[in-house]
Amino acid sequence: CLSERRRGQLAALSIAAVVIIVGVPLWWRTTETYRAWLPVNQINELANLQLQLSADVEVVFARGTVTPEQQKKVPTQVVISLCLFCSSPLEADLSLHTLSESPCGSLVVYVIPESSTLLPEDVDVYIGQRRTALLRIGAQMRVGRTLEQLLAHLEPRIKQVLQVMSFSHTDITAALSDRVRLSPGNKESIADSMRAFKSSPGYEITFSLLNPDPKSHRVHWDIEGAVQTYIQPLLTKLAPLANFSIDSQTLYYAMLGVNPRYDSSRSAYTLNSDSLAHVINPVEARLGSNAASSNPVLNFLLYVPDAHHSPLHIHDHKKQEVLSNAFHSPRWGGIMVYNVNGFYGPEAVFPVDININMAKVMGVFLAQLRLLLGVQSSAPPPGFLVAPCSSTGLADWELDRLMWSRTVENVATATTTITSLAQLLDQIGNIVINDNIAQQVSSAVTSLQLAVAELEAGNLGFALQYSKEAILASERAFFDPSLLHLLYFPDDQKFAIYIPLFLPMCVPILLSLLKIVSEARQKRRERQAKKD
Amino acid sequence: IYLFTYFFFLLLYIAFMLFIVFDNAGQFFSSGHTNNWAVLVCTSRFWFNYRHVANTLSVYRSVKRLGIPDSHIVLMLADDMACNHRNPKPATVFSHKNMELNVYGDDVEVDYRGYEVTVENFLRVLTGRLPPSTPRSKRLLSDDRSNILIYLTGHGGNGFLKFQDSEEISNVELADAFEQMWQKRRYNELLFIIDTCQGASMYERFYSPNLMALASSQVGEDSLSHQPDLAIGVHLMDRYTFYLLEFLEDIHPASKTNMNDLFKVCPKSQCVSTPGHRTDLFLRDPGSVLITDFFGSVRKVEITMETINLTDPINPVNGELQIRKYSYVDQLPVSEIIHQKPKQKDWHPPDGFILGLWTLILLVFFKLYGMKHLKHIF
Repeated sequence: CLSERRRGQLAALSIAAVVIIVGVPLWWRTTETYRAWLPVNQINELANLQLQLSADVEVVFARGTVTPEQQKKVPTQVVISLCLFCSSPLEADLSLHTLSESPCGSLVVYVIPESSTLLPEDVDVYIGQRRTALLRIGAQMRVGRTLEQLLAHLEPRIKQVLQVMSFSHTDITAALSDRVRLSPGNKESIADSMRAFKSSPGYEITFSLLNPDPKSHRVHWDIEGAVQTYIQPLLTKLAPLANFSIDSQTLYYAMLGVNPRYDSSRSAYTLNSDSLAHVINPVEARLGSNAASSNPVLNFLLYVPDAHHSPLHIHDHKKQEVLSNAFHSPRWGGIMVYNVNGFYGPEAVFPVDININMAKVMGVFLAQLRLLLGVQSSAPPPGFLVAPCSSTGLADWELDRLMWSRTVENVATATTTITSLAQLLDQIGNIVINDNIAQQVSSAVTSLQLAVAELEAGNLGFALQYSKEAILASERAFFDPSLLHLLYFPDDQKFAIYIPLFLPMCVPILLSLLKIVSEARQKRRERQAKKD
Repeated sequence: IYLFTYFFFLLLYIAFMLFIVFDNAGQFFSSGHTNNWAVLVCTSRFWFNYRHVANTLSVYRSVKRLGIPDSHIVLMLADDMACNHRNPKPATVFSHKNMELNVYGDDVEVDYRGYEVTVENFLRVLTGRLPPSTPRSKRLLSDDRSNILIYLTGHGGNGFLKFQDSEEISNVELADAFEQMWQKRRYNELLFIIDTCQGASMYERFYSPNLMALASSQVGEDSLSHQPDLAIGVHLMDRYTFYLLEFLEDIHPASKTNMNDLFKVCPKSQCVSTPGHRTDLFLRDPGSVLITDFFGSVRKVEITMETINLTDPINPVNGELQIRKYSYVDQLPVSEIIHQKPKQKDWHPPDGFILGLWTLILLVFFKLYGMKHLKHIF
């Protein structure tokens, strides 16, 4: 059996062993912050992303453009006889649609001979409502030209068509305008980017009828039918881009905040362009919002002036009457003034029943909606003729343009979000990274890589879908409420909490260990002395 | 002579017109923002900090008057002065002695009130990391084209601002929050105004672009309050905000006053402390920045030139309107209250106090009578 002292020494040693070997690692592991694994390497790769966009273009030579010998050498085998008897390019366009349906993002360019009467004299290119264009060969290519010369002549012109119908360098840099602050080179594209709403998974559209004078006018508008007939087709076409929710309201006794001036020469009240900017704020306070989500809201207001201030016209900078009698504000919505004094005579019994001509109103609102959603409004280059708007209000190639710029914008935004999130989490070492955040980040990175790959391959539809998924996942990860560094303690606080608990306990252990060591040394010295 | 004066006025008129035309064309691009937001925070509670609530409400009033709607203002007040028991004039908050100006009014919309005003909530509002159930009015839904005004007032020190008398926000945290806002492009330009003691220390650590900051006093100086009202019994406003309010009263939505005038508000002779400002992170020249770029909400407008010609007739909407009758829920479910059964309470094990008491009793018993009585108990 062991002596007291021996037992004591063994006890001290075993306690020290347990504390050091088992206790300290256990404490370290249990007070560690949980940080799920993030694909940091892939995120760093994303930071140096190079985007490559490709669009499929099919060039079709109509009969009469190439000689039969050249026909055999032409890479594209399809040579068709175009409906050259059609009286207008619109009919030709429609008949071409029966041939093939081009997928989203691609284009078909039909090259027609110079002698063709399909297009008017001064027009060289006709852009159809779908994804087709008619290109007329120039006069210099009439006689004795080789295939190479023809192709060399066509290439820059097809490029120009592509820039109008798909995307150009300025469009893409404008889509990235919040990542890269542009030097004011192209003011038009800056104005476009400031006007259109940012890419968002959903938008709320509100139509409001403002009737400041219900005593005189009892205004009726068939908003449900109008939305169903005129607005809904456009929104259905834009469904791949975002979800839209529409509501409407009528506001009584809502005045404009500006007093219109009476212009005796036109015997009408006028609102000049300077005072338009002050109209919106007083009205906005009364609009209210039905939105329960954080989606951006587009407001379209229809103002029926009161009987004492009718008719009311909007004048532009040059004091000319504006035909549409409407104006819009970037990233907010549009306002239209609808004069009703023409519907009744001076002997009318008030209140007068008025039915609003919704086609005219919706024509204006649809145009404003197009602008606010980002459909570019720049005029086509000289020599180009664009087909008139289809019934949906949006041509297929305009939809493609919007999809290209939105996809690029989504990819850029998601990349920046993920990289800055990774940087933030790296900097603050004690934030807990939950599993759901790690999963969102991983799925965002995967979606981004897929989106970039699809863009390179030219599959616009899939690219947009992946970019939308990437943005949703990255936003969810970045704005997760648990990522507030305020909620977590830095490491020095961890030590400050545990030292007062553990230090008093460790002191007797340390002292007993020291005592053992000193006794052992003393014993060795005694043994040495005995030996000598 | 008349001809000469007529000609002179004509020239002046033409020059004026040209100026307006160019001004309008350039205005679209000069500021680069399309909407305005304001975050106004009062961080101190208790009756004697009446002046901080009055400060915040005065700025709120000015900002609303100049056009920013309630939906774009996040107002955080740490205490309710208008309905405080010690307020001799309930439902009012005055900013000038002799009760000239009631800044509370009747359409105040306070988004965060009382104990909801914490450092955590303030940082959550700025960075956007709010739980999904937060309503729209409590969120800062700004985008990359928003100009944001942030106004803080309360008690502060060198490098910190005190919230609710129990926690603080440091200048490093604030700078990091702004950097996160910049990373996510949640602002176009940001104006930061702080009215506390040693306020300049709070903007020392900023490092994100497009930030402009104003403070009411330098490091080492105290911001002083303006004047007490003898009827209410407390100081009503701080000096810096008082003179700021006076300056803002002259601004209307169309005025062209710029930031250089704002920097001159409340010189040392009036304020006793030295107001400071910081513009090195701001890209534009402060002389070209209008006051209304931050305090007001002047919208940019464009005339709609094109319309779409719609010719289809309106389809009648399918299906009749389904008329659903709604009714109010029974407000006083009396029958349920009368016939209520007593709720089954879950059994909880006895808590520490009871356990300790019984242990004490047992110990004393066994000490007195010895261990042999144990078997009688168990």
